[in-house]
Order: sequence, then structure tokens, then C-alpha cells
Amino acid sequence: LKFAINDDQRALRDSVQAWLTKEYPHALWRDIACGPRAGAPAFWKEFAGMGWLGAALPERFGGLGGGTADAAVLAEAFGGALVLEPYVSTVVLGAGLIRAAGSAKQQSEWLPQVAEGRLRLAFAQAEAQSRFALHDVQARAQRSGDGWAISGEKVSVWDAPDADWLVVLARTAGDRMDRRGLGLFVVPRGAAGVTLRRFPMIDKRPGAHVRFDRARATAVLGDPEDALPAVQRVADQALAVLASEACGAMETAIAQTVAYLQQRKQFGQPLAQFQVLRHRVVDMRVQLECSRSLALHAALRADDPATAPRAAASAKVQAGRAGRWIGHQAVQLHGGMGMTDELAIGHVMKRLLMLDTFLGNADHHQQQLAALETATA
Amino acid sequence: MSLLDAYLSPQDRAFREEVRAFLRDHLPPRLARQQRSHSHLPRDDVVEWHQILHRRGWGAPSWPKEHGGTGWTPLQRFIFEDQCALADAPPLSMFGINMVGPVIYTFGSEAQKRRFLPAIVAMTEHWCQGYSEPGAGSDLAGLRTRAEVDGSEYVVNGSKIWTSDAHKADWMFCLVRTDPQAKQQKGISFLLIEMKSPGITVRPIISIDGGHTLNEVFFDNVRVPRANLVGEENQGWTYAKFLLGHERSATPEVSRTKRRMVLLREIAATMQSNGRPLAQDPHFALRLAGAQVELDALELTNLRLLLDEDYSGDGMAAASMMKLRGSEVMQLVTELTLDALGPGVMPYEDAGDGSTQTPGAPDCALGRVEDYFLRRAATIYAGSSETQRNILAKLVFGT
Repeated sequence: LKFAINDDQRALRDSVQAWLTKEYPHALWRDIACGPRAGAPAFWKEFAGMGWLGAALPERFGGLGGGTADAAVLAEAFGGALVLEPYVSTVVLGAGLIRAAGSAKQQSEWLPQVAEGRLRLAFAQAEAQSRFALHDVQARAQRSGDGWAISGEKVSVWDAPDADWLVVLARTAGDRMDRRGLGLFVVPRGAAGVTLRRFPMIDKRPGAHVRFDRARATAVLGDPEDALPAVQRVADQALAVLASEACGAMETAIAQTVAYLQQRKQFGQPLAQFQVLRHRVVDMRVQLECSRSLALHAALRADDPATAPRAAASAKVQAGRAGRWIGHQAVQLHGGMGMTDELAIGHVMKRLLMLDTFLGNADHHQQQLAALETATA
Repeated sequence: MSLLDAYLSPQDRAFREEVRAFLRDHLPPRLARQQRSHSHLPRDDVVEWHQILHRRGWGAPSWPKEHGGTGWTPLQRFIFEDQCALADAPPLSMFGINMVGPVIYTFGSEAQKRRFLPAIVAMTEHWCQGYSEPGAGSDLAGLRTRAEVDGSEYVVNGSKIWTSDAHKADWMFCLVRTDPQAKQQKGISFLLIEMKSPGITVRPIISIDGGHTLNEVFFDNVRVPRANLVGEENQGWTYAKFLLGHERSATPEVSRTKRRMVLLREIAATMQSNGRPLAQDPHFALRLAGAQVELDALELTNLRLLLDEDYSGDGMAAASMMKLRGSEVMQLVTELTLDALGPGVMPYEDAGDGSTQTPGAPDCALGRVEDYFLRRAATIYAGSSETQRNILAKLVFGT
């Protein structure tokens, strides 16, 4: 038995990393993140052309037949280069929800468009009051003619400004905290009654608060009264992918820190000679390896409902804590240089904070795990 | 009741009331809001507040009376700082009041005292600090900017980095090398340089929070009158060490961290978690209580240094310890603030007024994410935590 990515995944990782090193250097990242093109996914067509968008999708829908582990391999490479393209939003969450809840017809119609880079998605789930609870939903979906009208507000929707469609979690029945009575609705971003308040997020990813004012849904994914189980399954897959993305960013943080300590001299010697700094970097490395093990485990277990929730939550706790700590240490060991917007390292720290926060921070998932403990005690 | 009440005399409490009343009546709410929402306060706001204090005779709280200060005891100064922080009063200019002023009135000539001190107390002139260089950070004695005598002037060449407020300053106090043959600490002099002198270029450094306080400063044959040398030539390191002691005693910012804790509690009371305020979440309450213990320990240590005459560490050890621990507790509270904001930390937009804000956040969250980013520097500036530990280790081991 092996506990590792397979040969195909290793080849995928190497080719993605090689491409990113060449085509997505930090200077270009800065141009994409802060320049006139800010927010637009600059390389989406290229990602599709290289087969990356379809890597984790079934072959019958134009994909390469991989699963969450393949998405995790891609995300780790993306995290290492601070990629801004909406991979998690479109492929892991958006396409994931279509696969988990959508009809066969919806899947065969839309998933190939995702793989070809012609359809970008964003998951409008969180609300101002919901913190990290997936089921804390006040946005309403009401029957309107033969369809549904959505009203309510979603906050900090990743990648919404550039998405074609929003997949909206909205309440069709019950009260705010009920686990039943939730549905998934497809609403085109440009539909009447949809208003976006756009902004950059801390890692320069585009985001938006989205207001729905009797916006017409063009489709429903699955049972409009019982979408939560599908959302939870897909969220667990996404947690594994986000933890992997964090591992890529941690690797970059450590590599840049090592290079800086070797090059920077104080008191007549390279900083890399100071034992206290060497030990710190070793602790960073150890935390990364532990994060990587749990992230891989979560990615490999993500499609098994019996083991996925615990594995996903554990991976997110570890990657969230380690990521934030490593980000802080990397900035600290860069000294004043670490505090500059100009250097990449501060942006790596921000990406790691973003990855800890999205879909539940370490505190949240530790509480989820504690709930599992007390339920079985 | 505050933690300190038991240790304050009736006179101290009366003084605290006097400060509180003054802040209540004279701190403009607009300035308090600016202080909370802007990590990089505009010069005009700092001046406005300083001049309000100056009119009350409180322009230089830490200075002796003869130089225009208040003559307050250390405890009174502490009470004043504490009340100002809790009220969100903008901080006084660190470089003028806390740094160059004490150097000038301790080591400067009578002419320098007359020329510079009144303008610092009245805040009609702003100062910045020219210490760090690209090759001399923690290893400050490695600095290379040189000043060569030419008649009645020095000619300065070189560069400084991480110079806070250089773009707003009228003057810089600057460490320069005047004896290139001398080793390290020897051969350094303390020079006052007017920022509008020909040959000075200031280049902004944008920090990771997105704001502008830091700069690089380049000197290209900048001519400085020899009368602007403070004390003796080649003795600058002595004055710098004196000043570093001042800097470390001013930077713990214990009271500012107390204010952050108050704001954090407001956030926890406002943010919802599972249908109730986050403050009622037992897990979060546990973390909040833990952070409060660390903050209380810091605050009471600070007070003990002021009130225990038998405290055995020397002044430098206390300054290093407070800088080290103060910056750690500050970061602990800013990190817990992020955890309290939860998903609210993600939006981060240039507000177009020199600050970066989080669209859609409640009022209690104003400026908190920017504060977290900028305060990553607290364990780096004014001698990094690693440098402070080296200083303290030398004292602990006697070698």
C-alpha cells in the first residue's frame, strides 16, 4: 500500500510547477493582482488548454477522470505561485456542486463547459450572520411562476466579480438554523436583481458582497428542500483542496525565507549561520510536513463519506494553524524587508490567512472535531 | 474597576480624573475615529491633537519643566499615556518628543536647545529618525552613511531605510560615520539634518498593510552645518544607546494593546456565531480569558517596574523585556481579533484616504485588519525580538 500521490499526479504536479515558474513569476502576479487587469483571470484559457480544469472531472464530461486528489495536486502548485485564477470556486466548489446535486442532464451540459474554460462559477453561501456555519442561511428562494426567485445577501463571495454564474444556497423552507429546507440555485451574475459590491480580498483575489432582489434562478441543483448533505460533501472536498493549496504557499514561504537567510549578512556572517534562526526554519519545515500528511490524507479520503468529514476538518485545522504561524515567521525572518508590499513574502502570508479563513478557520474546524468527540464519547 | 486602582494613591486617582475629564472635553470625536481607522495617521491630525495638548501645557509629557515639559512623575506619565490610549487619542510624535528631544536637552548645546526644543513641544516641526541602513538593521553599528568635514559644513553621502515619516518630516536626527578608520561603534556621530536640504531624495516604501509610513532616504552630497552636530564628534553611539533605551521604554504600548483588547471584546459581542454572540461561545471565551491573563501580566509588570524600588534588573534589561513581551502580547491580541472577525477579515479595499478598510464590516471592526498587518512589524522594529533576546541573554548569563 502506498500513502502518496500516484505517478500521473506527480507528473501533473511537475508540469504545473514548471509552467508556473516560467509563466507566472511574481512580477506578473503583481501586474495581475494590482494592475489594470486586476481581478480578471488572466490565464483561464491556458489552464483549460493544458487540461488542468478538467483534471479532476470525469472523462465522460471532457475531463481526465481524476478526483479530489488531482485537484489537491493542482491547488498545491497554485498556492505556491499565489495563483489568482478561480480554480477552487469554479472546479472544486461550482462543478463539485453540479456533480453532487445536479441532474445527469445538467452535468453533461455544463461540466464540459467548465473543463473547456467557458463557464466560470462562484459559490454564494456565507451570510453576514452565518460565520462558518453552512446551514445558517437567511436568503430566501420563493416559487415564482414555474421557477424560483432569490432574495437576500451573501457576503465575501470568492471570485464572484468574474463568474458567469453564481451557485446560491438559499432557504426554501424552515427557519434560519434549520438543516433542512435549503436549496442550490443557479443565478447568472448579470441577471436582473443581482447587485455586486466588488472589492479585492486580502490576497488580491476578487470578491464581492452580493445582493439578490427577487433575482430569477435559471436552474435548481437537486432537491430544493434538502441540499445541505451535498453542500457538506463538496465542502469537505474543498477543505482538502484548500489545505493542499496552503501547503504550496507554506513551501514557498519556507523556500524564500531560506534563500533570504543565506543571502542576508549581519554581524559579519549570513543570517543562516545563527542557530536560533536555523531552528525556527526547521520548525516551519516540520509543521509543513505535518500539514502535507493531513492534506494528502484528506484528499485521498474526500470521496468516502464515512471518513471524509474528520479527515477534512483535521487537515484544515493543521494547515490553518501551521499556515498562519509559518506566514508570520517568514515575515519575521525577512526583517524589515518582510514588511514591504514589494516583496512576495507578505503576500504569501496573506494567502495563508485567506486559506485559513475560507470555509471555516482552524478554531471552527477544531470545534467540529470536538463535537464528533463528544458525540462518540 | 481597573487592574491598577489598588495601586494608585488618592492623588494619582485625582490626576487620572483630571486627564479623563480633559480627554472627554477636548479630544475631538473625529480624531478618535481617525486614530482607530488609520494606521497611518495624516500629519494634520497629529498636529491638531498635539496642539490641543500643548495649549493645556501637556505637549511634552515626559520632559522636565525647564524644557517645556510637564515635570510629571513616571507614574503620572504612565496614567496619562494609559488614558490617552483608552480614549483613542492619537499618539504623540515619537521621534520629536520621545527621542530627539531628550537627546538634545541632555547632550545638545544651548543654541540647539533654544533652536529645536520649543518647536518640538509646540509641534511646529516634525522629526524622523535616520538609523537603519540597507546593510545595518539589527546590526546597527554596521552603518555606512558618511559625513566628511568641508569648512564649516559636513558633506553627507549614503542612504537610510525604514525611515518612518521621512516624507512628512522637517528634520532628521541621523547617525553618520565621521571616522571611517574607527571600528564599528566608534567613529559614529549624531547629526541633525534639515529634510529640505538639496541632495536629499525620499522614496516611499509601501508596507504589507498597503499604507505609507516607511521610506528610503538617499543623501547625495548633502551639506549640513557643523553646528548641527549634537555633542562630540565620534561619540554618537553613546547618544544612540541613550535614545534606544528611550525608544524601548516608549514602544511597549501596553495601553494601546489594552485598547485593542476592549475593541476585541466589542467585536466578540457583535459577531454572530451559531445564532448567538461570539462572546458567549465557550471556546472563544476560553481564548479571550487566556489572552487577558497575558495582557494583565504585561500591564502589572509595567506597573511594578514603575513602583517597585527594589526591582533588581537594570534599566536596559527592563526596556528590552518590555519591548519583547509587549510586542508579543500586542500580536497575540491582533491575531485573536482576526479570529473573532472570522470571515470578516477577507475583504480588504483601499479606502482612498490613506487607509485600507473591510467593506461591510461592523463599526467595531474599523481598522482592525490593517492594524494586524502593520503590527507584524512590532517584533521587527526598534530591535527585533531575536536581538532583544540576545541582549537579555547577555545579562542573564553575564557574558
